[in-house]
Amino acid sequence: MLQDKDRIFTNLYGQHDPFLKGARSRGDWDNTAAILARGRDAIIQEMKDSGLRGRGGAGFPTGLKWSFMPKQSDRPCYLVVNADESEPGTCKDRDILRHDPHKLVEGCLVAGFAMGATAAYIYIRGEFYNESLALQHAIDEAYEAGLIGKNACGSGYAYDVFLHRGAGAYICGEETALIESLEGKKGMPRMKPPFPAGVGLYGCPSTVNNVESIAVAPTILRRGASWFTSLGRQNNTGQKLFCISGHVNKPCNVEEELGIPLKELIEKYAGGVRGGWDNLLAIIPGGASVPLLPKSICDEVLMDFDSLRAVRSGLGTAAVIVMDKSTDVIKAIARLSKFYMHESCGQCTPCREGTGWMWRVMTRMVEGRATPDEIDTLEQVTRQVEGHTICALGDAAAWPIQGLIRHFRPVMEERIASYRKRSMPMAAE
Amino acid sequence: MAASNGSAFEQPASFAFDAESEAEIAKIVARYPEGRQASAVIPALYIAQRQMKRQTGSAWVPVKAMDAVGARLGMAPIRVYEVCTFYFMFNTKPVGTYHLQVCTTTPCWLRGSDQVTEACRKATGIKGWGETSEDGVFTMTEVECLGACVNAPILQVDDDFYEDMDAEKVTALLAALRKGERPTPGSMAGRQTSAPDGGPTTLTSLQFAPEA
Repeated sequence: MLQDKDRIFTNLYGQHDPFLKGARSRGDWDNTAAILARGRDAIIQEMKDSGLRGRGGAGFPTGLKWSFMPKQSDRPCYLVVNADESEPGTCKDRDILRHDPHKLVEGCLVAGFAMGATAAYIYIRGEFYNESLALQHAIDEAYEAGLIGKNACGSGYAYDVFLHRGAGAYICGEETALIESLEGKKGMPRMKPPFPAGVGLYGCPSTVNNVESIAVAPTILRRGASWFTSLGRQNNTGQKLFCISGHVNKPCNVEEELGIPLKELIEKYAGGVRGGWDNLLAIIPGGASVPLLPKSICDEVLMDFDSLRAVRSGLGTAAVIVMDKSTDVIKAIARLSKFYMHESCGQCTPCREGTGWMWRVMTRMVEGRATPDEIDTLEQVTRQVEGHTICALGDAAAWPIQGLIRHFRPVMEERIASYRKRSMPMAAE
Repeated sequence: MAASNGSAFEQPASFAFDAESEAEIAKIVARYPEGRQASAVIPALYIAQRQMKRQTGSAWVPVKAMDAVGARLGMAPIRVYEVCTFYFMFNTKPVGTYHLQVCTTTPCWLRGSDQVTEACRKATGIKGWGETSEDGVFTMTEVECLGACVNAPILQVDDDFYEDMDAEKVTALLAALRKGERPTPGSMAGRQTSAPDGGPTTLTSLQFAPEA
């Protein structure tokens, strides 16, 4: 269990001053120049050694990602921070943006320096208006104090941080769609390769990182990779912000070590499942895009990348959505199908047509107005969407339905049977 | 063109940025490299929408405003139209004084967004999504996940999140808005932001140097 002294986000709930004075009293911006003085390679090596895996969902090693940036470039290089937090269930970055914004701004400097960037663009979702005001205030303070700007922290390094607001499109959380949007276009993902590290924002080398991945970097560099690896589990090191929503007694955000048992996470921090653990039906462990888990798996599973992958789900953004036995689980997943239909950018046919098709069939499944073999058809269609689109939105639309069929097929069949019973005319009348 | 609730609306014959908007645009364009001012299209559309709110009481982006953005940023009009219609937060027709945006995605639905929707309908007389009340005070829109799920359900009013809602709290909030009051946004259940009900159970042992 994580102790307070090892928590990174010490103002998670906004009880203290989020701005420069308060941030400094919590250790932010403490001799940042000394971190920069270690040099690019040393910073990247320390991040690699820490084993930090990206906190935005995919879990790609952060230090390795930074190392893909060119050592020498005739074009400017950019750090792009993904603050387009929109994955249903996820609300962790929001707390960083409004309560600990200086951790992010300082992270932008050290990460940008390590990858040779001249500026960071922070792309924040449009709905986070009040959060954008808090972050902009922190950026302004950092400029005024000389922490960023022409001579960042007195290091001689020139570095800008700019805030950019989106306008309500989930797809812009996908890194290449985000870049398109930042360039003033519709948020439609690009084909990869080329990868952003070669051709990114404005055609220049760019790295897109999640808010949490960047905001933890200064603390890791101060306390050292060995401190970070002493927390969590092998290959799943460190701590992570978890969001616990749905049918729990006390929904909340909390920072804990990776690898904490799911049951312990919910009982210790979120006041337990409504009506007790035995009233649990299913949990979506990592945001809407990952397959749900039935109670039998939730009893034992650990909350980290590899453990959740082993049970054919994923850690994703570590947004835990809890459903008790009162939940119509088919309806819960059907609502996610509607979400993906609404958010499909329309570029690839399998996703544009498939998300609508899947939602329409799911709507009938909620009523039971279907035949049992249509469950197989639905499953097959999800397989035809998955992996056949430019970005992962098609996969994300497919996986929740696959999870439902894998674990709750009898519930779907029962729904169909009871609909038939109700609607079949009486024989021989 | 007609609004979805049947009432026709007119596109204004012209639109020009006022001094306040011009100052904001200049500040924003400076954030992007030379020749990349198209990056400012979303911020500029926000500025247009806010100016409409100031001038007409309704936050929306008429076609003439899109044209003004295009002219200001050196973009073909169609490039601005496609951005304005791609992103959900731009209203391409007039909205009421208060824009009620109800999140109904699964995490909010599990916590009672159906009751929030119902209470909004009852208090405003609005029947369908996207419609404006007869008195022009409220527009109701169904929105996808707002990213505040541990404080579900959420009712967003214009730019503000009202969290931990239920039917009773919605009714009280809308009554206050009608009176011209603006209750402080955040948790309506009195919680400390995203901490568990009853107060934080972590971060309780930390002492920081004085902040003053």
